[in-house]
Amino acid sequence: MDYENAEKILEVKHLKQYFNVGKADEVRAVDDISFDIYKGETFGLVGESGSGKTTTGRAIIHLYEPTSGEILFDGKNVDNFTSKEDRHKFHQDMQMIFQDPYASLNPRMKVKDIVAEGIDINHLAKDDADRTNQVETLLETVGLNKDHSSRYPHEFSGGQRQRIGIARALAVHPKFVIADEPISALDVSIQAQVVNLMKKLQREQDLTYLFIAHDLSMVKYISDRIGVMHYGRMLEIADADEIYAHPLHDYTKSLLSAVPVPDPEFERTRQEIHYDAKNENDGKERHLVEIAPHHYVRAADDEIEMYKQRAHEASLIKD
Amino acid sequence: MDNEKDILEVRNLQVDFKTYAGDVKAIRNVSFDLRKGETLAIVGESGSGKSVTTRTIMGLNASNARITSGSIMYKGQDLLKKSEKEMQAIRGQDIAEIFQDPMTSLDPTMRIGRQIAEPLMIHKGMKKEKALKQALEMMKLVGITDAENRMNDYPHQFSGGMRQRIVIAIALVNYPEVLIADEPTTALDVTIQAQILNLMKELQDKISTSIIFITHDLGVVAGMADRVAVMYAGKIVEYGTVDEIFYNPKHPYTWGLLSSMPTLDTKGDELPSIPGTPPDLLDPPTGDAFAARNQYALKIDTEKEPPFFKVSDTHYAATWLLHPDAPKVTPPAQIVARQKQYAKMQKDLLAQQQHHGPVEEEEEQQ
Repeated sequence: MDYENAEKILEVKHLKQYFNVGKADEVRAVDDISFDIYKGETFGLVGESGSGKTTTGRAIIHLYEPTSGEILFDGKNVDNFTSKEDRHKFHQDMQMIFQDPYASLNPRMKVKDIVAEGIDINHLAKDDADRTNQVETLLETVGLNKDHSSRYPHEFSGGQRQRIGIARALAVHPKFVIADEPISALDVSIQAQVVNLMKKLQREQDLTYLFIAHDLSMVKYISDRIGVMHYGRMLEIADADEIYAHPLHDYTKSLLSAVPVPDPEFERTRQEIHYDAKNENDGKERHLVEIAPHHYVRAADDEIEMYKQRAHEASLIKD
Repeated sequence: MDNEKDILEVRNLQVDFKTYAGDVKAIRNVSFDLRKGETLAIVGESGSGKSVTTRTIMGLNASNARITSGSIMYKGQDLLKKSEKEMQAIRGQDIAEIFQDPMTSLDPTMRIGRQIAEPLMIHKGMKKEKALKQALEMMKLVGITDAENRMNDYPHQFSGGMRQRIVIAIALVNYPEVLIADEPTTALDVTIQAQILNLMKELQDKISTSIIFITHDLGVVAGMADRVAVMYAGKIVEYGTVDEIFYNPKHPYTWGLLSSMPTLDTKGDELPSIPGTPPDLLDPPTGDAFAARNQYALKIDTEKEPPFFKVSDTHYAATWLLHPDAPKVTPPAQIVARQKQYAKMQKDLLAQQQHHGPVEEEEEQQ
């Protein structure tokens, strides 16, 4: 990752997203997280269910009103746009691809109307012919053909439906796409097709991705940088290769040690590392600290030295 | 075929589903054996027929299913000839199943102690107190803490991982001969998945159950299976020991599956993928069903179905590429790397044996 010329497209600052605030069942889904996403990169967000990764994605696209904290997109706060144009532009610039290709497409709409919904709302087509033309181009971009446009979602397989979802997201020419577990519901052989398509589109259309997933090997493959979440907190952020080769936080280590690898010999000798979440809740004040260059770990003041030592042993810090 | 170690023998199984559009040929001539104490993994995409195969063994197919031919021999008896009542006595007693979704496979209105005890009361005619006592033991065995108190809880009071432990406890409480696990960890997080898989291995050692493990996650297969069968479009296309399938695969579909899964070392702009989608089983193609998606397809693949070619005593693959007259092809780079790793492993093993004498070989025989 080239940090020298990197330009921030999204800044999340001290985001808190609580539900049922003040009640007995208050849930702190996202608890004070901060991170940046650079233009053109893929930022992978991983964590177990309940870690708050999906809530983070939804808060960024403003499906929730944050409890506190700021989200800046292209330098503008997404919670209070000063003008209507800004808000419209934000909703065009940021789009989402969903996990379940069966539930996220309206079964009673034709593919062309699903894909063109964003075009209609934002008045992006001059006339009907232009609309049809745009839809057909989009379908071809995602590897479907134009004959598909007058069919209904049930006529498609899971992989094809996910392509329709991608075409719909691209229809309004976004800059930033949030993909929430876009391939988890697909078969292995189809997953690779969709990931390749997403990478191709990123190159061609200069997109920035926030890729939320629990499949760690796929996240590593597609991401430039990765953030690890646990219990609503960001525990570690680093380059994809670095975080996998040299995880510094114990939770990241334990998460990585649990990934099944398609190699029987490796599996026979696999060592699992267990993580005790109690350490996190000992009442100490913790925040993300840059331990090695561009490698952040959530640490208390008296833990920084220990993490620096670890980074040193992994030769992430040069003398 | 008449191997004494075989506990389950499936022969020439064919299952059709009657639909408005016509007959869907879901299982097209499937044969395999399950040996005592082993774990056989069946892998394949959705619609390849892996779940239908096991549901047929359990006698749990939907009412529009028709078994057009074949036999499933269990302890010398054909399960396909059993009445529903006889099958009820076998299910949960001799053959048990763990389902994918622990949320929907438990009764939400029944205390879990009672749910675990139920198979004992039904199949063994046990009194309630005694069955509950044994259920408690089972809960401890699958690692549910504070089991005495938690027996009286309802499923919604447990997390997903704990619920799957309960499902496992129910399936194993009668010490079944055969356990069918249909994607038992797909709905779970990786760390919980690792715990559940370890638990299954541990319990298998304790009660020597044979497991049929269905999954599409090749990583899980590598860690769990003794042998692997790869299914495509209602057929088994390749089977062998776990090492043979992962390090020396012969069928192009297995090649595609293995290389389209990124490992933690995969780099590069494009992931090798299998183009296209699986065929429509309403009207399966003639010849090799995988031919349309296969970059190594030969002319004969579209005309004639390939038989199983023998690779080793335990390893067979149904692809014309193994025919002596077939042209030599080079598999994808990732597969070549796997073959090299395998060759090195075998060399190391051989060197070790010459050093210590053939000790390992004997151990395996036992």
